[in-house]
Amino acid sequence: MTEVLFVLFAVVALGGAFGVVISKSPVASLLFMVATLASVAGIYVLFEAHFLAAIQVLVYAGAIMVLFLFVIMLLNLGHDYRADLRFGLWSLLAFVVAGLTAGVLAQGFMDVGDTGYREDGAAIAAALDEAAREEGVAGVIAEPLFTDYVVAFELMGLLLLVAIVAAVVLAKPRN
Amino acid sequence: MLTHALILSAALFVIGTLGVIVRRNAIVIFLCIELQLNAVNLAFVALSRYTGIEGQLYVFFVMTVAAAEAAVGLAIIISIFRHYETVNVDKFNLLKW
Repeated sequence: MTEVLFVLFAVVALGGAFGVVISKSPVASLLFMVATLASVAGIYVLFEAHFLAAIQVLVYAGAIMVLFLFVIMLLNLGHDYRADLRFGLWSLLAFVVAGLTAGVLAQGFMDVGDTGYREDGAAIAAALDEAAREEGVAGVIAEPLFTDYVVAFELMGLLLLVAIVAAVVLAKPRN
Repeated sequence: MLTHALILSAALFVIGTLGVIVRRNAIVIFLCIELQLNAVNLAFVALSRYTGIEGQLYVFFVMTVAAAEAAVGLAIIISIFRHYETVNVDKFNLLKW
């Protein structure tokens, strides 16, 4: 069952990713992207990362993609159906870069097996399941987030504040 | 399933790279960068299952940075559009020599 769902989500994610790259209209690209993000969220669920799956759907597929859609609407780019793919030497370069990236990644991901790079991988997975049963799926993440990583968490808040102020200042018309 | 997830993550990353290189529309390029971030997140989540919860925490942080990056990046695109009346990256050649 898990394998079937994984293959389903993987096919939708890959198809959506190709759609993002090759569709002419930016709005179609965006909708393909939402499909990809939703199926990646499904794969997160298969890896027992329920909290991140929820965040992925709410923040990524919801908020960030709507922000993109607003900008496309604001700049009135939705009717721009001219193909903007680069061809010729440039696309050759693109395939060389993509091929090299794929080769490097494949090299790194070889020989992982079913329990990852660590011998005690299966034990860690069992411990994570046990912790999720006791503390809930959000509690498992919240506990280290508010103890060991609390400084990084507070800095994230500061980063978001700075980003919002920067976005308002940048997008404001000069007069 | 871990190996398959890592292969899927690599494939998504490569498609994102391809999109960044071959497209000219700045917004689509930006979408492809988000696709690459998502591919890395997928690898983090898949590996965190067998190495500990830290991988999921990093994904949480990556998502926050991606949200901040999307807000600032789109503001920059709006600002550039006001000046050039286009989002075609070939037209942004002020720093070219």
